[in-house]
Amino acid sequence: MSIVGVHTDTSRQSEPEPPEPEPRKRLAALLAATIIVSGGLGFAGAGWAAEFARIPIAYLSQVMERPPKLSNLDLPPEDQGLAGGRLSIADNNTTGRFLQQEFVLEEVEVPADGDPKAAFQALLDEGKQFIVLRVPAPALLELADMAAGRDVLLFNVGAPDDRLRDADCRDNVMHMAPSRALLADALAQYLAWKHWPGLFLVVGRRDGDGLFAEAVRRAAKKFGNKIVEERRWAYGPDARRTAQSEVPVFTQDVEYDALVVADEIGEFGEYLAYRTWLPRPVVGTQGLTPTTWHRTHEQWGAAQLQSRFKKTYGRWMTPLDYHVWAAIRSIDEGATRTGSAGFAAIRDYIRGPSFELAGFMGQKLTFRPWNWQLRQPVLLVSPKALVSVSPQPGFLHPLSLLDTLGLDEPESKCRIP
Amino acid sequence: MTWPKIMAGALAPLALAAAAAFGGISEVKAFSVYVSNEKDNTISVIDSESLKVVKTLKVGQRPRGILLTQDGSQLLVCASDDDTVQVIDVKTWEFVKELPSGPDPELFILHPSGNPLYIANEDDNLVTVVDIENNKVLAEVPVGVEPEGMGISPDGRVLVNTSETTNMAHFIDTETFEIVGNVLVDSRPRFAEFTADGSQVWVTSEIGGTVSVIDPIAREIIKKIGFEIPGVRPEAIQPVGVRITKDGGRAFVALGPANRVAVVDAKTFEVEKYLLVGQRVWQLAFAPDESLLFTTNGVSNDVSVIDVARLKVVKSIAVGRFPWGLTVSKD
Repeated sequence: MSIVGVHTDTSRQSEPEPPEPEPRKRLAALLAATIIVSGGLGFAGAGWAAEFARIPIAYLSQVMERPPKLSNLDLPPEDQGLAGGRLSIADNNTTGRFLQQEFVLEEVEVPADGDPKAAFQALLDEGKQFIVLRVPAPALLELADMAAGRDVLLFNVGAPDDRLRDADCRDNVMHMAPSRALLADALAQYLAWKHWPGLFLVVGRRDGDGLFAEAVRRAAKKFGNKIVEERRWAYGPDARRTAQSEVPVFTQDVEYDALVVADEIGEFGEYLAYRTWLPRPVVGTQGLTPTTWHRTHEQWGAAQLQSRFKKTYGRWMTPLDYHVWAAIRSIDEGATRTGSAGFAAIRDYIRGPSFELAGFMGQKLTFRPWNWQLRQPVLLVSPKALVSVSPQPGFLHPLSLLDTLGLDEPESKCRIP
Repeated sequence: MTWPKIMAGALAPLALAAAAAFGGISEVKAFSVYVSNEKDNTISVIDSESLKVVKTLKVGQRPRGILLTQDGSQLLVCASDDDTVQVIDVKTWEFVKELPSGPDPELFILHPSGNPLYIANEDDNLVTVVDIENNKVLAEVPVGVEPEGMGISPDGRVLVNTSETTNMAHFIDTETFEIVGNVLVDSRPRFAEFTADGSQVWVTSEIGGTVSVIDPIAREIIKKIGFEIPGVRPEAIQPVGVRITKDGGRAFVALGPANRVAVVDAKTFEVEKYLLVGQRVWQLAFAPDESLLFTTNGVSNDVSVIDVARLKVVKSIAVGRFPWGLTVSKD
């Protein structure tokens, strides 16, 4: 277990519970966002509970396996996601002070080869009702089905799979993470706006690459771009030292405007820029990239969240941190607006028409009622610059311009009752 | 250097018309408008007579909130990224001192008596109270997440601070420095302004797109004002700065990326008109006689000048990059 103090399913059973801190001390500690309060409603101190209504939230994360990669320049931080959650809890408790509400985060990490079901069942048995999930799509579906029919609301912060917002959607899952379709649409709009319609799609060997490529094809059709060529990069990261000779040959004999790369884990995408046969921009999973959060984002008060995060955790906030932050802030929004710590009141507010989240994106973020995807603008970034923010000018929609990105109601096969 | 006081006869026809419209004002004094340019680290000084920038002054990093002391002799500037409030002599343009502001000061307000200064520390969820004569921190009041807007009642007894992520207006007793009440408003409250009679405090919600008019005694919202502009998508309507005429008749609300200032009948709360100004209009300030209203426009890098009597935008003045706040001298 790499993250200090994280409670796995087994350690939670055996570890002694920490002594109940004084209310004020605990608040201070939570504000500093460094301690982990384990347990749930079960051991709330009587005096404290009488004053403050407690809202327990769980964050269940499965470590993603890291295959050999192109580069170890940007290793994912060990507390990725978790740090976003802790900051959000601290934010919520600052607000909660005025409303006698206290938010407590339980953190559970499952190893890459572990089974999140047992850990999830333990959370259900403990009575956890708000559970933030960073697990792959197949596991997410299993967990959602385990929670079906219960008073439990799940937040997907990691799985970008379109099928979770489409035919395989679940009514008890709110999607904070954008789908691949949402990201690909944001990029496609920009390419259309730039009048770079001819796309050369290069697809990696992994499952996610295929799914991203599918989203790129769909987006190209939607916004009038054209995939003029598609080639598969089957060599993984092997061209590390030979890219200068390999990439020009690989990209020969095609006329196009932009090269779109589908390489989600970063095996080869970085080899392509500046080495293509024709001088063309590289976009997609490398080069100009669509994302929800990036260190170059400072507009609309984002500088403040960036600075708070960086001061506390000594690193930049990642998209996963942002999704977890937004999930827990959404729960707080429900608790604050309804003045209630009750599950039903909070859930109904989050899923109701009045919900709006101020997420530092220049406009309110809301949920699509047809598949519970968070409507959100998408940043288009290069490593050290924010290039643009989609939706792009001129792409209109009768309901919300944000619904030009991702699966709109008529496009989604999701039918939530 | 001082700005010459000029008789009405020497003024531009515009100011004359405005003065005439206010009837009984036979003499208008020249004044200065000080604009903080967030990305340039400068202050632009606009002369009311020429309506041009006559001086640009270098200050600390990321200047935002800007105020004049009661006697008009010193300019106070929140240099947010330098974690300080700079004090500048407006005659000599020299830095007099720095105030112990606490980290990341964004907006501030002076007690009606001229002292102390109440500062919103955005990164630390605090309001810092500073005695500006003795350079002493009198109190730190813990508030909600990302405190920003600061309003003070005309009698100086109640300070209102808005916190952007907590979405509340916090009512703080200025004697005890205790929070005495909180009013939940719509998302991302940015600015608080009391009416001159102290009977209402207006709080803008940037993401919520509304203005909450609050009764500061009952601490209840008595009216929530919404905005609709044909051809402008609702998400772009983001209220930030607000100013209310001294007679309580009219309020002006800056609507951010909607590029408009809303004119609101402050008695009926009906929106009378939308005035097209520069891009991302942020903060507002009246001329001393309320004949003109100045706006900072963050994206178009200019200041729009509104003729208050005619409700017309009469001029735009190029300033530095990302003009954020502004304040107007009495003379």
